[in-house]
Amino acid sequence: MAKKLIVSLSPHVHGGDSVQRNMYGVCVALIPTLLASLIFFGLGAAIVLATSVLSCVFFEWAISRFLLHKEQLTITDGSAVLTGLLLGFNLPSNLPVWIIIIGALVAIGVGKMTFGGLGCNPFNPALVGRVFLLISFPVQMTTWPLPGQLTSYLDAQTGATPLAVMKEAVKTGDTSVLEKLPNAFDMLLGQMGGSLGEVSALAILIGLVYMLMRKIITWHIPVSILLTVLVFSGLLHLYNPAYADPVNTLLSGGLLLGACFMATDYVTSPMTPRGQIIYGIGIGAITVIIRTFGAYPEGMSFAILIMNAFTPLINTYNKPKRYGRVAK
Amino acid sequence: MKKLKSNLVNMTVVLTVISVIAGGVLAYVNQVTQGPIAAINEQKLQDGIKQVILGTTDGELNVEQPDTLDGGYVLYKTDKGTAVMAIENGFAGPISVLVGFDEQGAVKGYTILATSETPGLGVKADTWFQKDGKGSIIGRNPGEKELVVSKDGGDVDAITASTITSRAFLKAVNNAYQVYKNNGQWTDTNSGASQKAH
Amino acid sequence: MNSFKVLMNGIIKENPTFVLLLGMCPTLGTTSSALNGMSMGLATTFVLICSNVVISLIKNLIPDTVRIPAFIVVIASFVTALQMIMQAFAPDIYASLGLFIPLIVVNCIILGRAEAFASKHGVVPSFFDGLGMGLGFTLALTILGAIRELLGTGKLFGMTLWAEDYGMLMFVLAPGAFLVLGYLIAIVNKIRKV
Repeated sequence: MAKKLIVSLSPHVHGGDSVQRNMYGVCVALIPTLLASLIFFGLGAAIVLATSVLSCVFFEWAISRFLLHKEQLTITDGSAVLTGLLLGFNLPSNLPVWIIIIGALVAIGVGKMTFGGLGCNPFNPALVGRVFLLISFPVQMTTWPLPGQLTSYLDAQTGATPLAVMKEAVKTGDTSVLEKLPNAFDMLLGQMGGSLGEVSALAILIGLVYMLMRKIITWHIPVSILLTVLVFSGLLHLYNPAYADPVNTLLSGGLLLGACFMATDYVTSPMTPRGQIIYGIGIGAITVIIRTFGAYPEGMSFAILIMNAFTPLINTYNKPKRYGRVAK
Repeated sequence: MKKLKSNLVNMTVVLTVISVIAGGVLAYVNQVTQGPIAAINEQKLQDGIKQVILGTTDGELNVEQPDTLDGGYVLYKTDKGTAVMAIENGFAGPISVLVGFDEQGAVKGYTILATSETPGLGVKADTWFQKDGKGSIIGRNPGEKELVVSKDGGDVDAITASTITSRAFLKAVNNAYQVYKNNGQWTDTNSGASQKAH
Repeated sequence: MNSFKVLMNGIIKENPTFVLLLGMCPTLGTTSSALNGMSMGLATTFVLICSNVVISLIKNLIPDTVRIPAFIVVIASFVTALQMIMQAFAPDIYASLGLFIPLIVVNCIILGRAEAFASKHGVVPSFFDGLGMGLGFTLALTILGAIRELLGTGKLFGMTLWAEDYGMLMFVLAPGAFLVLGYLIAIVNKIRKV
């Protein structure tokens, strides 16, 4: 009985695309970022990332097994691994293990499984976890170790991030503090304080190019976010030089990581190219507004979550044309 | 008893009667509680003033009639120092601070009368700047060196992760000092000259 | 009508917070600690019983067209009286509940019970309905407050169970209220279905 005739509904031709293939594709695209975080933060990065990935997979398994009684376990589709990786990349490298485990529980338990698992969650689970931690443990979540301390974990020396410096310039109106910023080349490589995955712009861009080449994502969301940020922060900088200049804004904080890997999450972003561009412009604008005028120095995660909430609305007004329908 | 009809006379009479009765009851309750409420508020203020000037709520202190000034500042002169109430916008709303000064203008103590800052973060201002706190301002004279958080180039440690609250708090203290300097019994120790309150 | 049944109806079957989803503003706003939640619940219970009793007594004197303004005047009088009494004799609780006491006037549980129950029933059932609904509300607010206080600050009714450093600040803030309330409603729904 090896060969069965399988009768099924159309479509009969399958492109080979699957949840696994795309999720692990994104994970592969994150490898340069992973290497960069290990190079800059060493032991701390390894502990944070391992804890985050392992506990995300564990909670996914435990919740679907014991709370939802699902027959088919979903831990092998790679989405929990990806959530764990992204959550880890959004944390400082000196975060205690117990806080990371709480973050993973919130990301998977509250952000994803509460809504019914992969495909049903309105918000990006990794960001739900990160924002929960940011609000719950503001002290631990806003002190970032300086890069280059490869063997230290909890005892790492901390220092001001470029975003904190920019915020200070806005608050005090004193542009001289901006000289403390690292130069653009260092920021491109990742020689600055920050969360694990966000420091190296170069590594993230390599991942982006890989994802575009493999057609895992389309260009619409990252490009529209980055262009909006560039134009908007450029105008603000021209208006008042105390506001950070557009290149620094682009290279600092979680902007690139968010634009390339978090905002492009399939489940929580709009489906049509036009919708994706509206979504990207929204994220870019909200990020710049929060960074410039808000209380927090970083606004990327809030911006993505806010636009996640708008995704159903954007989808409603940007439906693809039905096949065979005559355009009016 | 049958239900009353909804005609004009009935409606007017019923609503008037209900309102009058309600008004009467409230007037009575108000009369009963007025005394205790005033006493409690007065007690709180007196305790606050004692706290910032003597460092304890026990003890004797003669408080003169308070002066209310422009900008919401209130000046309480006593025989052992002056307390000034100042209000400044913090992270989540106005913070109202009562600061006690000695005759040279050094901070003797402070207390926070009202705040809506973030629990666990900004509310720590209550203890953070006290004598044993990490950012102690007790004994500091804002006239010699303005109180500024270290992030802005000053030498007061801000509350961890609550720089905005700390800035607002220190601004309130600095403003209170200015008000005290301009209006209080003021002895300028630097020049030796003595200025009388206007 | 069975008084006991009316009482239990408010506490469990038609719990105002978990089942009827009424009075969400104080539910979310005042439950930052178990004590605050309980005080708010008891204050509301007091107003609810008084207004239910008075309205069931005078229900035939009120013409239908003006019943809502008449109810509101009665409720507002009790709330204002309560506010003054609390300010005078329980200043600490008054300070922490502050703004939310006057808002009891517009709590839909109170007007809702006046309209749906007290204006149609006698004094005794109305009293038990007010008591039941009030206790149901108090119970819900106390549970919500206790969970938020415990997770947010590591304390329960002010007693420290674990160090405050391990508290998750989110639960003390407004988003935590929504989160905990959502999960509590989910659990209650699950239990009710069984």
